Amino acid sequence: MFVNFDFDVIRRALPYLFYEGMTFTIMLTGLSALGGLVFGTLIALMRLSGYRLLGRVAGLYVDFMRSLPLVLVIFWFYFLVPYIGQWLTGSSRPIKVGAFASSLITFVMFEAAYFSEIMRAGIQSISRGQPAAAQALGLNYWQTMRYVVLPQAFRNMLPVLLTQTIVLFQDTSLVYVLSITDFLGAASKVAQRDGRLVEMYLFAALVYFVICCIASFGVRQLQSRIAVLR
Amino acid sequence: MNYHWNWGIFFEPNPMGTGNYLDMLLSGLWLTLKTGFLAWIIALVTGSIVGVMRTLPSKAASWFGFAYVEFFRNMPLLVQLFLWFFVLPELLPRSAGLWLKQLPNAPFWTAAIGIGLFMSARVAVQLQAGISSLPRGQRQAATALGLTTLQVYRYVLLPMAFRIILPPLTSEFLNTIKNTAVAITIGLLELTGEARSMQEFSFQVFEAFTAATLLYLLINAIVVTAMRFLERRVAIPGYISGK
Repeated sequence: MFVNFDFDVIRRALPYLFYEGMTFTIMLTGLSALGGLVFGTLIALMRLSGYRLLGRVAGLYVDFMRSLPLVLVIFWFYFLVPYIGQWLTGSSRPIKVGAFASSLITFVMFEAAYFSEIMRAGIQSISRGQPAAAQALGLNYWQTMRYVVLPQAFRNMLPVLLTQTIVLFQDTSLVYVLSITDFLGAASKVAQRDGRLVEMYLFAALVYFVICCIASFGVRQLQSRIAVLR
Repeated sequence: MNYHWNWGIFFEPNPMGTGNYLDMLLSGLWLTLKTGFLAWIIALVTGSIVGVMRTLPSKAASWFGFAYVEFFRNMPLLVQLFLWFFVLPELLPRSAGLWLKQLPNAPFWTAAIGIGLFMSARVAVQLQAGISSLPRGQRQAATALGLTTLQVYRYVLLPMAFRIILPPLTSEFLNTIKNTAVAITIGLLELTGEARSMQEFSFQVFEAFTAATLLYLLINAIVVTAMRFLERRVAIPGYISGK
Protein backbone atom coordinates (compact mmCIF):
# COMPACT_ATOMS: atom_id res chain seq x y z
CA MET A 1 0.00 0.00 0.00
CA PHE A 2 2.70 2.50 0.97
CA VAL A 3 5.58 0.71 -0.77
CA ASN A 4 5.65 3.21 -3.59
CA PHE A 5 5.22 6.16 -1.28
CA ASP A 6 7.68 8.82 -2.38
CA PHE A 7 8.60 11.16 0.46
CA ASP A 8 11.18 12.87 -1.67
CA VAL A 9 8.58 14.41 -3.98
CA ILE A 10 7.07 16.13 -0.94
CA ARG A 11 10.47 17.29 0.31
CA ARG A 12 11.37 18.77 -3.06
CA ALA A 13 8.04 20.57 -3.32
CA LEU A 14 8.17 22.03 0.19
CA PRO A 15 9.57 25.48 -0.71
CA TYR A 16 7.02 25.88 -3.51
CA LEU A 17 4.14 24.65 -1.36
CA PHE A 18 4.87 26.97 1.54
CA TYR A 19 6.47 30.08 -0.01
CA GLU A 20 4.02 30.28 -2.88
CA GLY A 21 0.98 28.35 -1.75
CA MET A 22 0.72 28.77 1.98
CA THR A 23 1.67 32.46 1.80
CA PHE A 24 -1.22 33.03 -0.58
CA THR A 25 -3.62 31.05 1.59
CA ILE A 26 -2.62 32.81 4.82
CA MET A 27 -2.65 36.27 3.24
CA LEU A 28 -6.05 35.63 1.69
CA THR A 29 -7.43 34.27 4.97
CA GLY A 30 -6.08 37.13 7.08
CA LEU A 31 -7.12 39.97 4.81
CA SER A 32 -10.53 38.43 4.11
CA ALA A 33 -11.18 37.96 7.81
CA LEU A 34 -10.22 41.58 8.47
CA GLY A 35 -12.26 42.95 5.59
CA GLY A 36 -15.16 40.63 6.36
CA LEU A 37 -15.14 41.77 9.97
CA VAL A 38 -15.19 45.47 9.03
CA PHE A 39 -17.96 45.11 6.45
CA GLY A 40 -19.77 42.56 8.58
CA THR A 41 -19.84 44.97 11.53
CA LEU A 42 -21.17 47.74 9.28
CA ILE A 43 -23.90 45.41 7.97
CA ALA A 44 -24.79 44.38 11.53
CA LEU A 45 -25.03 48.06 12.53
CA MET A 46 -27.26 48.69 9.51
CA ARG A 47 -29.56 45.85 10.53
CA LEU A 48 -29.79 47.11 14.10
CA SER A 49 -29.96 50.81 13.18
CA GLY A 50 -33.72 51.08 13.47
CA TYR A 51 -34.07 52.51 9.97
CA ARG A 52 -36.45 50.16 8.18
CA LEU A 53 -34.96 50.53 4.71
CA LEU A 54 -31.34 50.24 5.82
CA GLY A 55 -32.12 47.14 7.86
CA ARG A 56 -34.05 45.62 4.98
CA VAL A 57 -31.20 46.12 2.52
CA ALA A 58 -28.65 44.65 4.93
CA GLY A 59 -30.91 41.70 5.72
CA LEU A 60 -31.47 40.96 2.05
CA TYR A 61 -27.75 41.05 1.37
CA VAL A 62 -27.01 38.62 4.19
CA ASP A 63 -29.78 36.20 3.23
CA PHE A 64 -28.79 36.37 -0.42
CA MET A 65 -25.12 35.62 0.21
CA ARG A 66 -25.91 32.86 2.64
CA SER A 67 -28.16 31.02 0.21
CA LEU A 68 -25.49 30.72 -2.49
CA PRO A 69 -22.68 28.16 -2.63
CA LEU A 70 -19.25 29.74 -2.25
CA VAL A 71 -18.09 28.19 -5.52
CA LEU A 72 -20.81 30.01 -7.44
CA VAL A 73 -19.97 33.29 -5.68
CA ILE A 74 -16.30 32.82 -6.60
CA PHE A 75 -17.29 32.42 -10.26
CA TRP A 76 -19.64 35.41 -10.06
CA PHE A 77 -17.01 37.78 -8.77
CA TYR A 78 -14.30 36.42 -11.01
CA PHE A 79 -16.34 37.47 -14.04
CA LEU A 80 -18.08 40.48 -12.51
CA VAL A 81 -15.18 42.35 -10.88
CA PRO A 82 -13.56 43.42 -14.21
CA TYR A 83 -16.87 44.99 -15.26
CA ILE A 84 -17.34 46.71 -11.89
CA GLY A 85 -13.80 48.04 -12.21
CA GLN A 86 -14.59 49.34 -15.66
CA TRP A 87 -17.69 51.05 -14.35
CA LEU A 88 -15.82 52.59 -11.42
CA THR A 89 -12.87 53.87 -13.41
CA GLY A 90 -14.90 54.81 -16.48
CA SER A 91 -12.51 53.02 -18.83
CA SER A 92 -13.68 51.73 -22.18
CA ARG A 93 -12.83 48.06 -21.59
CA PRO A 94 -13.31 45.71 -18.63
CA ILE A 95 -10.19 46.15 -16.51
CA LYS A 96 -7.82 43.27 -15.69
CA VAL A 97 -7.95 42.16 -12.08
CA GLY A 98 -5.31 39.86 -10.62
CA ALA A 99 -6.15 36.48 -9.11
CA PHE A 100 -5.39 37.65 -5.60
CA ALA A 101 -7.45 40.84 -5.79
CA SER A 102 -10.38 38.98 -7.35
CA SER A 103 -10.46 36.27 -4.70
CA LEU A 104 -9.92 38.80 -1.91
CA ILE A 105 -12.96 40.81 -3.02
CA THR A 106 -14.99 37.60 -3.27
CA PHE A 107 -14.11 36.38 0.20
CA VAL A 108 -14.55 39.80 1.84
CA MET A 109 -18.03 40.19 0.36
CA PHE A 110 -18.98 36.58 1.14
CA GLU A 111 -17.61 36.45 4.67
CA ALA A 112 -19.10 39.87 5.51
CA ALA A 113 -22.51 38.16 5.46
CA TYR A 114 -21.38 35.49 7.95
CA PHE A 115 -19.38 37.85 10.18
CA SER A 116 -22.32 40.26 10.30
CA GLU A 117 -24.53 37.57 11.81
CA ILE A 118 -21.93 36.91 14.50
CA MET A 119 -21.47 40.60 15.25
CA ARG A 120 -25.23 41.09 15.33
CA ALA A 121 -25.52 38.41 17.99
CA GLY A 122 -22.62 40.04 19.84
CA ILE A 123 -24.18 43.49 19.78
CA GLN A 124 -27.54 42.13 20.84
CA SER A 125 -25.95 40.37 23.80
CA ILE A 126 -24.89 43.73 25.31
CA SER A 127 -27.35 44.82 27.96
CA ARG A 128 -29.56 47.76 27.09
CA GLY A 129 -28.21 49.82 29.99
CA GLN A 130 -24.82 50.15 28.33
CA PRO A 131 -25.78 52.27 25.30
CA ALA A 132 -28.30 54.10 27.48
CA ALA A 133 -25.56 55.01 29.96
CA ALA A 134 -23.25 56.03 27.11
CA GLN A 135 -25.92 58.33 25.76
CA ALA A 136 -26.53 59.79 29.19
CA LEU A 137 -22.82 60.63 29.29
CA GLY A 138 -23.32 62.65 26.13
CA LEU A 139 -21.69 60.28 23.61
CA ASN A 140 -23.19 60.32 20.13
CA TYR A 141 -24.13 57.17 18.18
CA TRP A 142 -20.70 56.54 16.69
CA GLN A 143 -18.92 57.21 19.99
CA THR A 144 -21.31 54.87 21.78
CA MET A 145 -20.54 52.14 19.27
CA ARG A 146 -16.81 52.82 19.11
CA TYR A 147 -16.09 53.07 22.82
CA VAL A 148 -18.84 51.10 24.55
CA VAL A 149 -20.79 48.58 22.49
CA LEU A 150 -18.43 47.23 19.82
CA PRO A 151 -15.40 46.53 22.07
CA GLN A 152 -17.56 44.38 24.33
CA ALA A 153 -19.41 42.72 21.47
CA PHE A 154 -16.13 41.93 19.79
CA ARG A 155 -14.61 40.47 22.94
CA ASN A 156 -17.67 38.33 23.68
CA MET A 157 -17.75 37.00 20.15
CA LEU A 158 -14.01 36.49 19.74
CA PRO A 159 -14.12 32.67 19.95
CA VAL A 160 -16.94 32.50 17.39
CA LEU A 161 -15.16 34.96 15.11
CA LEU A 162 -11.99 32.89 15.29
CA THR A 163 -13.90 29.67 14.60
CA GLN A 164 -15.41 31.32 11.54
CA THR A 165 -11.89 32.33 10.50
CA ILE A 166 -10.82 28.68 10.68
CA VAL A 167 -13.75 27.81 8.41
CA LEU A 168 -12.64 30.63 6.13
CA PHE A 169 -9.10 29.24 6.11
CA GLN A 170 -10.50 25.92 4.90
CA ASP A 171 -12.80 27.59 2.39
CA THR A 172 -10.00 29.52 0.71
CA SER A 173 -8.98 26.17 -0.80
CA LEU A 174 -11.97 26.59 -3.13
CA VAL A 175 -10.06 29.16 -5.21
CA TYR A 176 -8.82 25.90 -6.77
CA VAL A 177 -11.72 26.28 -9.22
CA LEU A 178 -9.96 29.33 -10.70
CA SER A 179 -6.63 27.44 -10.94
CA ILE A 180 -5.04 29.82 -8.46
CA THR A 181 -1.89 28.69 -6.67
CA ASP A 182 -2.99 28.63 -3.06
CA PHE A 183 -1.70 25.84 -0.82
CA LEU A 184 -3.97 23.18 -2.28
CA GLY A 185 -3.51 24.60 -5.77
CA ALA A 186 0.26 24.32 -5.41
CA ALA A 187 -0.03 20.76 -4.09
CA SER A 188 -2.30 19.81 -6.95
CA LYS A 189 0.02 21.36 -9.55
CA VAL A 190 2.97 19.35 -8.26
CA ALA A 191 0.77 16.27 -7.99
CA GLN A 192 -0.28 16.49 -11.61
CA ARG A 193 3.19 17.42 -12.89
CA ASP A 194 4.90 14.51 -11.15
CA GLY A 195 2.00 12.08 -11.23
CA ARG A 196 2.11 11.84 -7.43
CA LEU A 197 -1.50 12.46 -6.45
CA VAL A 198 -1.44 10.20 -3.40
CA GLU A 199 1.59 11.78 -1.76
CA MET A 200 0.68 15.38 -2.45
CA TYR A 201 -3.00 15.18 -1.49
CA LEU A 202 -2.28 13.21 1.67
CA PHE A 203 0.37 15.74 2.62
CA ALA A 204 -1.96 18.68 1.91
CA ALA A 205 -4.66 17.04 4.01
CA LEU A 206 -2.21 16.49 6.84
CA VAL A 207 -1.04 20.12 6.78
CA TYR A 208 -4.60 21.48 6.82
CA PHE A 209 -5.51 19.03 9.55
CA VAL A 210 -2.61 19.98 11.81
CA ILE A 211 -3.10 23.74 11.36
CA CYS A 212 -6.84 23.57 11.97
CA CYS A 213 -6.43 21.25 14.97
CA ILE A 214 -3.95 23.59 16.61
CA ALA A 215 -6.08 26.63 15.81
CA SER A 216 -9.30 25.12 17.15
CA PHE A 217 -7.47 23.91 20.25
CA GLY A 218 -6.30 27.50 20.76
CA VAL A 219 -9.83 28.79 20.35
CA ARG A 220 -11.08 26.31 22.94
CA GLN A 221 -8.38 27.45 25.38
CA LEU A 222 -9.34 31.06 24.79
CA GLN A 223 -12.98 30.25 25.30
CA SER A 224 -12.37 28.64 28.67
CA ARG A 225 -10.22 31.58 29.74
CA ILE A 226 -12.88 34.08 28.79
CA ALA A 227 -15.49 31.94 30.54
CA VAL A 228 -13.46 32.05 33.76
CA LEU A 229 -13.03 35.81 33.55
CA ARG A 230 -16.76 36.43 33.56
CA MET B 1 -21.16 48.17 -19.59
CA ASN B 2 -20.33 46.81 -23.02
CA TYR B 3 -21.55 43.33 -22.20
CA HIS B 4 -23.76 41.78 -24.81
CA TRP B 5 -26.91 40.63 -23.01
CA ASN B 6 -28.92 37.84 -24.55
CA TRP B 7 -31.62 36.43 -22.30
CA GLY B 8 -32.96 34.34 -25.15
CA ILE B 9 -29.89 32.14 -24.81
CA PHE B 10 -31.75 29.74 -22.53
CA PHE B 11 -33.92 28.62 -25.41
CA GLU B 12 -31.12 28.11 -27.88
CA PRO B 13 -29.95 24.52 -28.39
CA ASN B 14 -26.89 23.49 -26.38
CA PRO B 15 -23.84 21.98 -28.11
CA MET B 16 -24.34 18.68 -26.29
CA GLY B 17 -27.48 17.99 -28.29
CA THR B 18 -29.54 17.46 -25.14
CA GLY B 19 -32.14 20.16 -25.80
CA ASN B 20 -31.60 23.81 -25.03
CA TYR B 21 -29.45 25.54 -22.41
CA LEU B 22 -32.32 25.62 -19.94
CA ASP B 23 -32.51 21.82 -20.04
CA MET B 24 -28.82 21.74 -19.22
CA LEU B 25 -29.32 23.89 -16.12
CA LEU B 26 -32.34 21.89 -15.03
CA SER B 27 -30.45 18.62 -15.28
CA GLY B 28 -27.80 20.28 -13.10
CA LEU B 29 -30.48 21.27 -10.63
CA TRP B 30 -31.75 17.70 -10.51
CA LEU B 31 -28.24 16.38 -9.85
CA THR B 32 -27.69 18.99 -7.13
CA LEU B 33 -30.88 17.87 -5.41
CA LYS B 34 -30.08 14.17 -5.80
CA THR B 35 -26.55 14.54 -4.45
CA GLY B 36 -27.71 16.87 -1.68
CA PHE B 37 -30.44 14.50 -0.48
CA LEU B 38 -28.27 11.41 -0.50
CA ALA B 39 -25.47 13.28 1.29
CA TRP B 40 -27.96 14.58 3.84
CA ILE B 41 -29.28 11.09 4.59
CA ILE B 42 -25.71 9.86 5.12
CA ALA B 43 -24.91 12.91 7.26
CA LEU B 44 -28.03 12.49 9.37
CA VAL B 45 -27.60 8.76 10.03
CA THR B 46 -23.84 8.80 10.64
CA GLY B 47 -23.96 12.10 12.48
CA SER B 48 -26.69 10.87 14.81
CA ILE B 49 -24.74 7.74 15.69
CA VAL B 50 -21.57 9.70 16.36
CA GLY B 51 -23.44 12.42 18.23
CA VAL B 52 -25.01 9.83 20.52
CA MET B 53 -21.63 8.17 21.05
CA ARG B 54 -20.20 11.46 22.27
CA THR B 55 -22.80 11.58 25.04
CA LEU B 56 -22.51 7.94 26.14
CA PRO B 57 -20.97 7.23 29.55
CA SER B 58 -18.42 4.92 27.90
CA LYS B 59 -15.00 6.60 27.65
CA ALA B 60 -14.08 4.73 24.47
CA ALA B 61 -17.28 5.70 22.69
CA SER B 62 -16.99 9.39 23.50
CA TRP B 63 -13.32 9.36 22.55
CA PHE B 64 -14.18 7.80 19.21
CA GLY B 65 -16.86 10.42 18.67
CA PHE B 66 -14.40 13.18 19.49
CA ALA B 67 -11.75 11.82 17.10
CA TYR B 68 -14.33 11.34 14.33
CA VAL B 69 -15.57 14.90 14.59
CA GLU B 70 -12.07 16.38 14.71
CA PHE B 71 -11.01 14.31 11.72
CA PHE B 72 -13.83 15.44 9.47
CA ARG B 73 -14.00 19.02 10.69
CA ASN B 74 -10.36 19.96 10.38
CA MET B 75 -9.88 19.39 6.68
CA PRO B 76 -11.38 21.45 3.87
CA LEU B 77 -14.22 19.67 2.10
CA LEU B 78 -12.36 19.99 -1.19
CA VAL B 79 -9.35 18.13 0.23
CA GLN B 80 -11.62 15.41 1.60
CA LEU B 81 -13.25 14.94 -1.78
CA PHE B 82 -9.80 14.66 -3.37
CA LEU B 83 -8.82 12.05 -0.79
CA TRP B 84 -11.90 9.96 -1.56
CA PHE B 85 -11.69 10.44 -5.30
CA PHE B 86 -7.98 10.36 -6.14
CA VAL B 87 -6.21 8.84 -3.15
CA LEU B 88 -8.48 6.10 -1.81
CA PRO B 89 -8.49 3.94 -4.99
CA GLU B 90 -4.67 3.99 -4.99
CA LEU B 91 -4.38 2.88 -1.38
CA LEU B 92 -6.77 -0.04 -1.72
CA PRO B 93 -5.59 -3.41 -3.08
CA ARG B 94 -5.24 -3.24 -6.85
CA SER B 95 -8.45 -5.01 -7.80
CA ALA B 96 -10.61 -3.04 -5.37
CA GLY B 97 -9.03 0.22 -6.51
CA LEU B 98 -9.64 -0.64 -10.13
CA TRP B 99 -13.25 -1.48 -9.38
CA LEU B 100 -13.70 1.87 -7.62
CA LYS B 101 -12.17 3.80 -10.49
CA GLN B 102 -14.38 2.09 -13.06
CA LEU B 103 -17.57 2.62 -11.09
CA PRO B 104 -20.15 4.37 -13.27
CA ASN B 105 -21.13 7.77 -11.85
CA ALA B 106 -18.04 7.76 -9.64
CA PRO B 107 -18.17 11.57 -9.10
CA PHE B 108 -21.78 11.31 -7.93
CA TRP B 109 -21.14 8.57 -5.36
CA THR B 110 -17.90 10.16 -4.19
CA ALA B 111 -19.59 13.53 -3.77
CA ALA B 112 -22.58 12.11 -1.92
CA ILE B 113 -20.48 10.03 0.46
CA GLY B 114 -17.73 12.63 0.89
CA ILE B 115 -20.10 15.51 1.56
CA GLY B 116 -22.27 13.25 3.71
CA LEU B 117 -19.36 12.31 5.98
CA PHE B 118 -18.11 15.91 6.06
CA MET B 119 -21.53 17.14 7.17
CA SER B 120 -22.03 14.22 9.58
CA ALA B 121 -19.38 15.72 11.88
CA ARG B 122 -21.43 18.91 12.03
CA VAL B 123 -24.66 17.03 12.66
CA ALA B 124 -22.92 15.10 15.44
CA VAL B 125 -21.85 18.31 17.16
CA GLN B 126 -25.38 19.73 16.93
CA LEU B 127 -26.95 16.55 18.27
CA GLN B 128 -24.48 16.35 21.12
CA ALA B 129 -25.32 19.94 22.04
CA GLY B 130 -29.02 19.11 21.83
CA ILE B 131 -28.71 16.06 24.09
CA SER B 132 -26.58 17.85 26.65
CA SER B 133 -29.00 20.78 26.72
CA LEU B 134 -31.68 18.47 28.16
CA PRO B 135 -32.09 18.59 31.94
CA ARG B 136 -30.09 15.87 33.65
CA GLY B 137 -33.29 14.63 35.32
CA GLN B 138 -34.65 13.29 32.04
CA ARG B 139 -31.92 10.69 31.66
CA GLN B 140 -32.04 9.88 35.37
CA ALA B 141 -35.82 9.50 35.40
CA ALA B 142 -35.72 7.28 32.34
CA THR B 143 -33.05 5.09 33.93
CA ALA B 144 -35.01 4.96 37.17
CA LEU B 145 -38.02 3.67 35.22
CA GLY B 146 -35.88 0.70 34.23
CA LEU B 147 -35.25 1.63 30.59
CA THR B 148 -32.08 0.30 29.04
CA THR B 149 -29.59 2.80 27.58
CA LEU B 150 -30.93 2.12 24.11
CA GLN B 151 -34.49 2.76 25.28
CA VAL B 152 -33.44 5.92 27.14
CA TYR B 153 -32.14 7.37 23.89
CA ARG B 154 -34.91 5.99 21.71
CA TYR B 155 -37.88 7.08 23.80
CA VAL B 156 -36.67 9.98 25.94
CA LEU B 157 -33.53 11.80 24.88
CA LEU B 158 -33.52 11.68 21.08
CA PRO B 159 -37.13 12.73 20.46
CA MET B 160 -36.50 15.83 22.57
CA ALA B 161 -33.00 16.55 21.30
CA PHE B 162 -33.96 16.34 17.60
CA ARG B 163 -36.83 18.76 18.13
CA ILE B 164 -34.54 21.23 19.89
CA ILE B 165 -31.90 21.17 17.17
CA LEU B 166 -34.34 21.34 14.27
CA PRO B 167 -33.51 25.00 13.39
CA PRO B 168 -29.72 24.47 13.24
CA LEU B 169 -30.32 21.20 11.37
CA THR B 170 -32.23 23.17 8.74
CA SER B 171 -29.20 25.32 8.06
CA GLU B 172 -26.96 22.25 8.00
CA PHE B 173 -29.29 20.74 5.41
CA LEU B 174 -29.00 23.91 3.32
CA ASN B 175 -25.22 23.79 3.75
CA THR B 176 -25.24 20.21 2.47
CA ILE B 177 -27.07 21.27 -0.69
CA LYS B 178 -24.75 24.27 -1.16
CA ASN B 179 -21.67 22.11 -0.59
CA THR B 180 -22.59 19.89 -3.54
CA ALA B 181 -21.17 22.74 -5.66
CA VAL B 182 -17.70 21.79 -4.42
CA ALA B 183 -18.07 18.52 -6.33
CA ILE B 184 -17.57 20.50 -9.54
CA THR B 185 -13.86 19.88 -8.84
CA ILE B 186 -14.23 16.13 -9.25
CA GLY B 187 -16.27 16.53 -12.40
CA LEU B 188 -19.81 16.38 -11.10
CA LEU B 189 -21.99 18.48 -13.40
CA GLU B 190 -24.40 19.80 -10.80
CA LEU B 191 -26.07 23.20 -11.02
CA THR B 192 -22.93 25.34 -10.63
CA GLY B 193 -21.06 23.01 -12.98
CA GLU B 194 -23.75 23.24 -15.64
CA ALA B 195 -23.86 27.03 -15.30
CA ARG B 196 -20.10 27.09 -15.72
CA SER B 197 -20.17 24.92 -18.84
CA MET B 198 -23.05 26.95 -20.25
CA GLN B 199 -20.83 30.01 -19.75
CA GLU B 200 -17.96 28.30 -21.53
CA PHE B 201 -20.07 27.24 -24.51
CA SER B 202 -22.18 30.35 -24.97
CA PHE B 203 -20.04 33.13 -23.44
CA GLN B 204 -23.20 34.42 -21.75
CA VAL B 205 -21.59 34.55 -18.29
CA PHE B 206 -24.09 36.61 -16.40
CA GLU B 207 -27.23 35.02 -17.81
CA ALA B 208 -25.93 31.57 -16.85
CA PHE B 209 -24.95 32.55 -13.32
CA THR B 210 -28.13 34.57 -12.80
CA ALA B 211 -30.20 31.52 -13.64
CA ALA B 212 -28.14 29.32 -11.31
CA THR B 213 -28.45 31.93 -8.55
CA LEU B 214 -32.22 32.09 -8.92
CA LEU B 215 -32.47 28.30 -8.78
CA TYR B 216 -30.38 28.17 -5.58
CA LEU B 217 -32.58 30.88 -4.03
CA LEU B 218 -35.61 28.82 -5.00
CA ILE B 219 -34.19 25.67 -3.35
CA ASN B 220 -33.48 27.69 -0.21
CA ALA B 221 -36.96 29.16 -0.08
CA ILE B 222 -38.59 25.75 -0.48
CA VAL B 223 -36.42 24.07 2.16
CA VAL B 224 -36.89 26.89 4.67
CA THR B 225 -40.66 26.86 4.20
CA ALA B 226 -40.87 23.08 4.50
CA MET B 227 -38.74 23.06 7.65
CA ARG B 228 -40.82 25.84 9.26
CA PHE B 229 -43.86 23.68 8.64
CA LEU B 230 -42.12 20.65 10.15
CA GLU B 231 -41.01 22.70 13.16
CA ARG B 232 -44.60 23.75 13.81
CA ARG B 233 -45.82 20.18 13.39
CA VAL B 234 -43.42 18.65 15.92
CA ALA B 235 -43.28 21.57 18.39
CA ILE B 236 -43.54 20.48 22.02
CA PRO B 237 -46.34 22.11 24.02
CA GLY B 238 -44.93 24.16 26.88
CA TYR B 239 -41.75 25.14 25.04
CA ILE B 240 -41.30 28.61 23.53
CA SER B 241 -41.85 27.25 20.05
CA GLY B 242 -44.76 25.05 21.16
CA LYS B 243 -48.46 25.80 21.17
